[in-house]
Amino acid sequence: MSNKSSFTKADISKIAYLARMAIDDADIAKYAIDLSNTFALIAKIEQVNTEDIVPMAHPLNHKQRFRADIVNEIDQRKAFQKIAPQVDAGLYLVPKVIEQA
Amino acid sequence: MHTYTLAKLALALEKKEFSSIELTQCFLEQINKYNQDINAFITVTAEQALASAALADKRRVKNNAMPLTGIPIAHKDIFCTEGVKTSCGSKMLDNFIAPYDASIIKHFQATGMVMLGKTNLDEFAMGSSTENSFYGVSKNPWDKTRVSGGSSGGSAAAVAARMTPAATGTDTGGSIRQPASYCNLTGLKPTYGRVSRYGMIAFASSLDQGGPMAATAEDCAMLLNVMAGSDTYDSTSVDRAVPDYTATLANDINGIKLGMPKEFFTDKLDANVAATIEAVAKEYEKLGAELISISLPNIDLAIPTYYVIAPAEASSNLSRYDGVRYGYRCLEPQDLTDMYMRSRGEGFGAEVKRRIMIGTHLLSAGYFDAFYLKAQKVRQLISNDFKQAFTKVNAIICPTVPNTAFGIGEKTVDPVAMYSSDRYTAGVNLAGLPGLSAPAGFINNLPIGFQLIGDYFAEALLLNLAHCYQQVTNWHQQMPECI
Repeated sequence: MSNKSSFTKADISKIAYLARMAIDDADIAKYAIDLSNTFALIAKIEQVNTEDIVPMAHPLNHKQRFRADIVNEIDQRKAFQKIAPQVDAGLYLVPKVIEQA
Repeated sequence: MHTYTLAKLALALEKKEFSSIELTQCFLEQINKYNQDINAFITVTAEQALASAALADKRRVKNNAMPLTGIPIAHKDIFCTEGVKTSCGSKMLDNFIAPYDASIIKHFQATGMVMLGKTNLDEFAMGSSTENSFYGVSKNPWDKTRVSGGSSGGSAAAVAARMTPAATGTDTGGSIRQPASYCNLTGLKPTYGRVSRYGMIAFASSLDQGGPMAATAEDCAMLLNVMAGSDTYDSTSVDRAVPDYTATLANDINGIKLGMPKEFFTDKLDANVAATIEAVAKEYEKLGAELISISLPNIDLAIPTYYVIAPAEASSNLSRYDGVRYGYRCLEPQDLTDMYMRSRGEGFGAEVKRRIMIGTHLLSAGYFDAFYLKAQKVRQLISNDFKQAFTKVNAIICPTVPNTAFGIGEKTVDPVAMYSSDRYTAGVNLAGLPGLSAPAGFINNLPIGFQLIGDYFAEALLLNLAHCYQQVTNWHQQMPECI
């Protein structure tokens, strides 16, 4: 990957693929400029002294709550699959993933 | 009756001056009159609203009405509402009928509020103007050539045009407070964890918070009473009792210490905005508050930190939109990868794609430590600055936004330039603190708000402070000429 402050069209294509998101060829150059400008904005944090600082995941240092390991939800598959693009026999249908022999 | 506050509507319904059905019909007429032009609502649920209103009237006859029973409200189209389209302002969810209710929606239903419909927003809450909405921009009722703000711009426009007396919004970097400022409303972002995020479509999970938008602090207090509370379905929500936010609205604020961060009052701040905020501060002095200069030394890092954390979390949250189980799926996918690529490429707008790419890059191998982990540490520094400030003051007063509402199309050429306008609001989300914007006056006939920031769970104090200001000023009572 090129210098992070300056994105090339190849960088954008690679990142878009990582994100599994198609980008029109005509738009790639603009996204490269936008991402470069964003990185110019965020680059400031690289120089900040954060020695001995613990990363903040939750503002209140909350601990993850746990619940008893018992089933307490009803089966709502029918309701959830009503809005699915394609279903059959309770399964979500997608293009075949297994290659032909 | 469409100009009444929630408090006045509650009293009028109690006195049977009109029924909930009549009230709901009044607001549905307002929507018919203005929404085509203003574009505040994506979905209007007229039939459902009238049915809820009828139930509310029956409840009142049986004497088991609550303060907000029978009063209409609009919900930002980011909250899942069972059986009703929930689009999040995106083509990706244009066909999504939510199969469940968000927790706050359930709270409002239990109290008997009447849902008028779902309001417009920047796609997946990413933006400051609703110009990123799949459904087009929501115009500012104060000047229809200008934006209503974002991302909760539809909610703001709906309340400002009195198509609804109140609305819900969400705030990740300023998305309740900024549109409230642009549209002459009071809007509150509660402490992180105060309001359940279950059913609130996620943008940045460590920053998102739902909150009320209405004409007055009193109205926001009434709404927060309904919205706030711990939820077993949201493990980031905090198990802490919900006070009656209306009970302390009129508390005497004599002796309250208000901090003014010197980093916010530099020559970078527009002179008119500075003068407006200083006038608000002087009014608080007359009410007995003490103004104290404070410092938030790392606050200028809020924008860069926010634009690491928010896109990173967004890229993770939006990976669920893959065309498999719900939402948009591209036509005739050739294989699984093609289905993912084109469903997401076609379903998401430009700003969402931008932020997903930024986030994906920041979380990728070789960059995670340098950026995301680093930003989480800088976030701690920003939070520490606020903690330090709150040892000296009870609340902070400052601008909400650097400017009044900008023109539609004015900032779309350089989307990154728009990011800097979050400079007074984003730090509050990073620290998880509560923040409120309330009307402060007008600059060239356009509304501008002031911001109050409080310590954790100090919503009652912020609402108290805003309410006291609203007893001695009348900015919040002004309405656009078109209404």
